[in-house]
Amino acid sequence: MRRAMNIVPTPGVRVLLAVLPFVLIAFLYVFGSAERRAANPDDKLLPPVSEMAATITRMATEPDKRTGTIVLWADTAASLQRLGLGLGIATITGLTLGLALGVLPLVGAGLGTLIAVISMVPPMALLPILFIVFGLGEVSKVVLIVIGITPVIVRDLALRTQQIPIEQFIKAQTLGASTWQATLRVALPQVMPRLIDCLRLALGPAFLFLISAEAIAAENGLGYRIFLVRRYLAMDVIIPYVAWITLLAYIFDFVLARIGQWAFPWAYVGERR
Amino acid sequence: MSAIRVRDVWVEYGDQIVLEGIDIDIASGAFVSVVGPSGCGKSTFLRLVLGQESPTRGTLTLDSTPLPAEPGPDRGVVFQRYSVFPHLTVLGNVLAAYEFGESPFLAKLFGEKRRTASAKAKALIDAVGLGPHAEKYPSALSGGQQQRLAIAQALAKEPKVLLLDEPFGALDPGTRTQMHQLITPLWREHGMTVIMVTHDLKEAFGLGTRLIAFDKRRIDPQAPNRFGARITYDLDLTRDGPVPVLGFSKPVNQLPSVGDDADQ
Repeated sequence: MRRAMNIVPTPGVRVLLAVLPFVLIAFLYVFGSAERRAANPDDKLLPPVSEMAATITRMATEPDKRTGTIVLWADTAASLQRLGLGLGIATITGLTLGLALGVLPLVGAGLGTLIAVISMVPPMALLPILFIVFGLGEVSKVVLIVIGITPVIVRDLALRTQQIPIEQFIKAQTLGASTWQATLRVALPQVMPRLIDCLRLALGPAFLFLISAEAIAAENGLGYRIFLVRRYLAMDVIIPYVAWITLLAYIFDFVLARIGQWAFPWAYVGERR
Repeated sequence: MSAIRVRDVWVEYGDQIVLEGIDIDIASGAFVSVVGPSGCGKSTFLRLVLGQESPTRGTLTLDSTPLPAEPGPDRGVVFQRYSVFPHLTVLGNVLAAYEFGESPFLAKLFGEKRRTASAKAKALIDAVGLGPHAEKYPSALSGGQQQRLAIAQALAKEPKVLLLDEPFGALDPGTRTQMHQLITPLWREHGMTVIMVTHDLKEAFGLGTRLIAFDKRRIDPQAPNRFGARITYDLDLTRDGPVPVLGFSKPVNQLPSVGDDADQ
C-alpha cells in the first residue's frame, strides 16, 4: 500500500472530487427543503430552489416600485464601490508603508511598533467612532475596510521586504542604485506577488467589514439587503444573496491568483500546484 | 588605477575583536586571494572594502581617497549566493546595471537608449557564455550559470575593484574549473583589482598573483574573542619557482594529499 501522501489524483478524478461536495450539498438541501415543505407548507427556513430562483430573478430584472432601480444590481454596485475603494486605498497605503518599513531602517524604527500596536485594535470596535466622525454615509464604511485590512498588508509586506537577502540590496548599490531605484527595481517587484496573496487573503475580512458596516447603517448594499429582509424571514432572498456574495468573492480571488501567475512567473517556480 | 591601501584597521563588535592592526597595500591590477580558517575575518575584510561595514579604527583608501562607507559602482561584488535578482531575466539582470546609471527616476530605459544598453549587456552575457540563456530567469539556471551572470552584472559597471566572496564555493569541481578559466581572462581584459575570499587553497594559488592568509596570532583560552585576526602570510605568487607556505614547499600542482602522509 502506498503512503497516502504519494497518491496523486489524475486530472479527471480531480474534477470529479472537486464537484462531488457541491453536488452533495445541493442534494442535501433539496432533500431537506422537500422534507420540511411536506411537513409544513408555510415553512420559511429552507425554501425550494424554484422559489429562490423566482425571487432572485424578480430582484435582478424588475425595477423596485419605490426607488425605480433594479435591486440586485443597485445593491451589488453600491457594495462593490465601497469594497473597491476600501481595497484600493488599503493596497496603496499598505504597499507604500510596507516598502518604507522594510527598506528604510529609520522608518522601521520609527513606525514599526506603532503599526504593530494599531494592528491589534479591533476594527469593529472603531466603527462607532467612524460613524460619529464621518457620519453614516459612504466614507465611514470605506474607512472601516481600510482600517481593517491595511495593518495586515503593511506588516506582511514589510516582513516580505526584509526577507529579501541583503546581498541583493548590496549588489544593487554596487550597480549604482540609489535608495529609490533599489526600492523600485529590487524591492517592489519582489513584494508584488506577496501583495497579490495578501489581497486574496484580505478579501474575506474586507467583505466581513463591508457587510457589518452595511448591516448597521446603510440605504443599499448587499449586506443591507440581507439584514433588511431578515425581519420577514425571507430566506428566499438571503440564501441567493449569500451565494451571490460568495461567488463574487470567489471570482475576485480567482482573478487575483491568475494575475499573479501571469505577471510574476518567476515567483511561482518552486511552488507545488 | 585602483590601488587599495589599508592602514591599521581594527574591527570590533563590542568585546569581540575580529580584525586587529591590518596593514596592507594592494597594487592596482592585482589578483589577491584571501584565505584563512572559518570565522577569521576574511569576509569581514571584504565587506570593509565593499563598504558594507566600517572599520572601528583605521583607514581604507582607494587611489588615495578614503573609501566611502557604503557600496558604490566603483566596487563590484559577486557573493556565493543571492547575487542575482530572481525577478529579472538574464538580460534584465545585466541591463539593470545600465538602467540604474542612466535613468535616475524610473530606473528603466526605453527606445534608443535601451537598445544601446541591451547591446552592451548582450556582449557581456556572451562573454561569460550565457548567450543562449539571455531570456531565462535565474531560477532556470544552474549554480555555475548564476555565478556567470553575477560576474557579467558586476562587469557592466566596469568597476575598479571586483570583490569575490567565495564565488565558486557552492559549485561542483568541474564547473569550478570552468569558472577559473572564465575569470582570469576577464580580469586581464578589464584590468581590475580583484580580491577573492576562498576556502579552496588550490583555487587561491592557481588564480591569484598574491595570497594573504588571515589568522589569529594569539589565542587566550579564557577570552577567545580578546585577540583578532591579522595577516599571517603574504605571498607574492608571480615569482617563479616553488612557494614555501603552510609547510608545503613543492609547487602547487604537486601538493601531496593528506592520504599520502597517513600511509607513511
